Amino acid sequence: MIAWASWVGALPFDWAQFSFMQNALLAVVLVTPLFALLGCLVIQNQMAFFSDAIGHAALTGIALGVLLGIGNPLWSMIAFALLLALGITLLRRYSAVPTDTIISLMMAFTVALGVVLLSRGGGFANYSRFLIGDILTVSPSEIHGLGILLAVVVLLWTTLFNSFFLTFLNRSLAKSRGIRVWVLEGIFAAVVAVVVTVCIQWVGLLVINSLLILPAAAARNMAVGLRSYHLMALAISLVSGLAGLIFSFYWGTATGATIVLFAMAFFIVSLVFRKR
Amino acid sequence: MRAGAMNNESEPSPLQPSTAPACGACCTRIVDLGVKIGPTTILEHVHLHMHCGQLTTLIGPNGAGKTTLLRAMMGELPHTGELRFIPMHKGSREKRPRIGYVPQKLDMDALSPITVRDLFAGATVRRPVWLGVSRQASQIADSQLALVGADGLQNKKLGQLSCGQLQRVMLALALTPTPEILLLDEPVSGMDQAGILLFYQVVSRLRRDYDLSVLLISHDLGAAARFADRMVFLNRTILHDGTPSEVLSQPLVRQTFGLNYGEGAAS
Repeated sequence: MIAWASWVGALPFDWAQFSFMQNALLAVVLVTPLFALLGCLVIQNQMAFFSDAIGHAALTGIALGVLLGIGNPLWSMIAFALLLALGITLLRRYSAVPTDTIISLMMAFTVALGVVLLSRGGGFANYSRFLIGDILTVSPSEIHGLGILLAVVVLLWTTLFNSFFLTFLNRSLAKSRGIRVWVLEGIFAAVVAVVVTVCIQWVGLLVINSLLILPAAAARNMAVGLRSYHLMALAISLVSGLAGLIFSFYWGTATGATIVLFAMAFFIVSLVFRKR
Repeated sequence: MRAGAMNNESEPSPLQPSTAPACGACCTRIVDLGVKIGPTTILEHVHLHMHCGQLTTLIGPNGAGKTTLLRAMMGELPHTGELRFIPMHKGSREKRPRIGYVPQKLDMDALSPITVRDLFAGATVRRPVWLGVSRQASQIADSQLALVGADGLQNKKLGQLSCGQLQRVMLALALTPTPEILLLDEPVSGMDQAGILLFYQVVSRLRRDYDLSVLLISHDLGAAARFADRMVFLNRTILHDGTPSEVLSQPLVRQTFGLNYGEGAAS
């Protein structure tokens, strides 16, 4: 951390002199690759709506944390997101109701429940920071946590990626090749739930799903194979993150939303270079 | 996954029709297989004995349980009864067969950035495909694709392939590594007549070259009758089993497929 701070501090920009910006920069460098990797498979598995629902469920997670008197709402958020991910996965399997219907019902329910619980006595404004997020508040210990999260995901993606890929391409095919598809689907849903939930406080739940989806969606338009797909998504995510952070500093805007606008710009450009 | 093995009979069940000569070499045997989903019985008392090198076509009306049978054989659905592979060498153990499976379709859209090479590497090697495909994995894909006349498609995106090309690629993948039984779920649906013919020719040649048991679901009775050694009519259980001409002459089969009003599709 100290080496990072002195290295960034040596950059000839005024933003680089503030320690909150040095921390935020490191957080962006860790979060954006994480989102790019997840996003590529989320799109492939047509789970964009799922991750959105998980993000919105954070409101209920926070409310439960407040009700139960848990000091850091992150733990109740993660627990509730995992519960919801499990619920949606099971309903997908056992219910005849279409998946998108299930997910939008769940999303409406968790948002409503969260708003009702948090707005008792008119106190919702205390929690509106979760809607927009603030990456400038990230602390060194949180950055360590992010580093561990990224390491875990990279480890999972180096050991299990091919199994995820095959499972999402055709479950029966994956099963015929000895892959335990339910275990993998469960792991994937859990990873998405944890990563989205952990990052909401910095990115904001209103835009967090776009950060997950946009880099991969843009990369998809231009990539010819899985390798270029992932490399482009990683690059787009990282560049959008850095640009969004720096410009939000000068514009005085919310960082998460600014990053998303840069990612959206990449998406529009990618439409021009679209390959079929 | 597999619900407890029911009967441990090694003798052919009395219910099992004996169309083929006694098992000379290896064979795959389904013994009293049943599938229930909730309160609904999808399949019951299915007995099937398939010899290596034999191409068996599975026909039946919609909802007859054809796909369910394949999914149960792969262990994807809980089922009763069992599936066994009896190897050629007397000393070798009976076991669950290694299955090659050709799905009807893949869950992806035309834009998916997946090349044929990616698909092969993803299914056959451990190295994560997003980090790239090794030369060795690429070579394996090349030689397997050549088996089905799909060489030169390595760098194509899956969405760019025609129906027939994609099915041949999936077939090449199902043969890597060489399975003991090959299951195909309506592989020719959506193909034109030339594609269907080519596909059946390839499958037909491969089962001889590799001495494979092939079980293929088909709605295309004409080509199925022409290339299959055996035809099985399924509707919750096996109702008819025999050569294509035997099965297609059964009144129930003719009625199901509307063969009574015309020249019969099996010509």
